[in-house]
Amino acid sequence: MKIAVCVKRVPDSEARIKIGADKTSIDESGVKFVLNTYDEYAVEEALKLKEAAGSGEVVIVSVGSEAAKETIRTALAMGADRGVLLEADAVGLDPLPVARALAAELKDGGYDLILFGKLASDDYSHAVGVMVAELLELPCASAATKLEIADGKGIAEREIEGGVEVVEFALPAVVTADKGLNEPRYPALRGIMMAKKKPLEVKDAALDAGGVEIVLLTLPAERKKGRIVGEGADAVPALVDALRNEAKVL
Amino acid sequence: MANVIAVLEQRDGTLKRVSHEALTAARTLADAMGGEVHALVIGPSGVSGDGLGDYGADKVFVAADDALALYQPDLYAATAADVVQGGDYGVVILAATAMGKDLAPRVAARLGCTLAADVTAIQYDGGVVVTRPVYAGKAVYTLKLTGVPSVVSLRPNAVTPEQNAKAGAVEATSAAGGAARATTAEVKQPDRAALDVAEASVVVSGGRGLKEAEHFKLIEDLAAAVGGAVGASRAVVDAGWRSHAEQVGQTGKTVSPSLYFAVGISGAIQHLAGIRTAKVIVAINKDPDAPIFKVADYGIVGDLFEIVPRLTEEIKKIKEG
Ligand SMILES: Cc1cc2nc3c(=O)[nH]c(=O)nc-3n(C[C@H](O)[C@H](O)[C@H](O)COP(=O)(O)OP(=O)(O)OC[C@H]3O[C@@H](n4cnc5c(N)ncnc54)[C@H](O)[C@@H]3O)c2cc1C
Ligand SMILES: Nc1ncnc2c1ncn2[C@@H]1O[C@H](COP(=O)(O)O)[C@@H](O)[C@H]1O
Repeated sequence: MKIAVCVKRVPDSEARIKIGADKTSIDESGVKFVLNTYDEYAVEEALKLKEAAGSGEVVIVSVGSEAAKETIRTALAMGADRGVLLEADAVGLDPLPVARALAAELKDGGYDLILFGKLASDDYSHAVGVMVAELLELPCASAATKLEIADGKGIAEREIEGGVEVVEFALPAVVTADKGLNEPRYPALRGIMMAKKKPLEVKDAALDAGGVEIVLLTLPAERKKGRIVGEGADAVPALVDALRNEAKVL
Repeated sequence: MANVIAVLEQRDGTLKRVSHEALTAARTLADAMGGEVHALVIGPSGVSGDGLGDYGADKVFVAADDALALYQPDLYAATAADVVQGGDYGVVILAATAMGKDLAPRVAARLGCTLAADVTAIQYDGGVVVTRPVYAGKAVYTLKLTGVPSVVSLRPNAVTPEQNAKAGAVEATSAAGGAARATTAEVKQPDRAALDVAEASVVVSGGRGLKEAEHFKLIEDLAAAVGGAVGASRAVVDAGWRSHAEQVGQTGKTVSPSLYFAVGISGAIQHLAGIRTAKVIVAINKDPDAPIFKVADYGIVGDLFEIVPRLTEEIKKIKEG
């Protein structure tokens, strides 16, 4: 099994977001960056599949700045074999240029499976994996919570509103990972040591501009200060009254 | 001069509410741009495009074929891309549902165009301008989309459907041919057809404060009384009390209901990430310092086991009388 996993370096979910002086990006000072949560599921799935197959290779690919090397190393420390950084100064908000850069890298790689996270927790686009599949004309199941691969075929399950879709496809294919797919392993100390010696190739991403111009980045509108209606069950009539007559939502 | 096309969503041949939201957003945009609104309905044979004129569609394309009964990603994407390429469109709007989140990037990639996902507002201001929550809702981008066309997916409940009578002339269109690379073989239904948190206009969520899985009956009863969906914090999903489909928050679903109840939920930042765009938040928690009260519009401090049954009862009274 030869598997590629595309990963993104994103701010830690615990990080406090501050707006930068340019008002179009975040202030990165003091922000810890990590491997995107959903990409951890993708890496874990790739490692499990390779282990089950008994042989193969897991290649980590990321588009990003030099700093994304650290993110790739995290995935290598989990057990992946080698990494490729497609270096770009800045990754914009349009998912298509990123998808194009990844597709160009993956096209002739001979991969049986290309895995992604379902979304990147910075841009929330939910797009790059699906777009790569379209560009490479490969079958794709997005937001998979379950994946079975056998005899060159795959079956994935994805949660939809009020049900679960069962998607069938032949390899090679693209799958994007949702929470529930597996429990990602933590890199062990030995893995972290070994990751330092694993190959990490750097190439130029050559991103095209895309069709999204950032006008402004703001903090979300402060919610209007609410009020405590009261204490205990006796406050229920006042709450119901407020919901009906003030907020008009009942 | 460009038109706007809304790619609508049906389930079992019935259009979903989010389709009317997408049409309403398309109408507002087209009026500002000086264009028409077209709609595309993809579904099983017999699926109808009637009545969409009421929500502002000038023209409705219907691609009806039994092969399209379930969401078939490749066939839906090819059909939508064909229709968009056959017209003069500035913007393609879909709902950011499970289907829309999969279909929108496919259509954008096929058209080689820009995608703005999960937007909460879209308007025309000399160009198409959208707002998109990012960083788990901790910041919001205002973006100008310069691609023509641009594909936009709209967060459910972000726009209120409005009637706006237009011609709504229905025209049959053919489903795109070609082989499906991946096939949706079936949709497994849960034991109980539950309303989904991401689409419901009222959501009642429970957290660890409920103490045991069985006590979620209180949440279910309140949800039934308000006609809403049941949601859950990650703590109770991880404990196995509720399914992941119900989880609200950063690693669960993002909800934008008009009314959100957080019961026995502390209000961790990752939970709040999923509810920031709810219109009204109600918190019930025994701890007056719980962070949930900082974002709640209305709160009651106290024991949920006393408050929730009483609330259910009062709401039932109103709904019945
Ligand atoms: C990467 C990451 C992603 C995460 N994603 C999510 C996510 O998507 N969604 C999510 O919800 N969490 C998420 N979390 C977890 C989050 O940090 C919290 O741990 C979780 O939300 C807590 O759940 P809770 O509020 O139910 O439990 P607790 O924090 O234990 O809160 C229980 C609350 O119930 C109250 N209570 C107890 N008894 C009663 C009573 N009798 N009456 C009234 N009130 C009572 C308590 O005062 C307390 O405030 C994530 C965490 C991480 C690190
Ligand atoms: N810059 C990037 N480099 C590599 N993979 C990426 C990048 N951006 C997104 N991805 C992948 O695409 C998935 C979806 O991201 P997005 O469409 O940005 O929400 C992520 O979980 C990653 O697997």
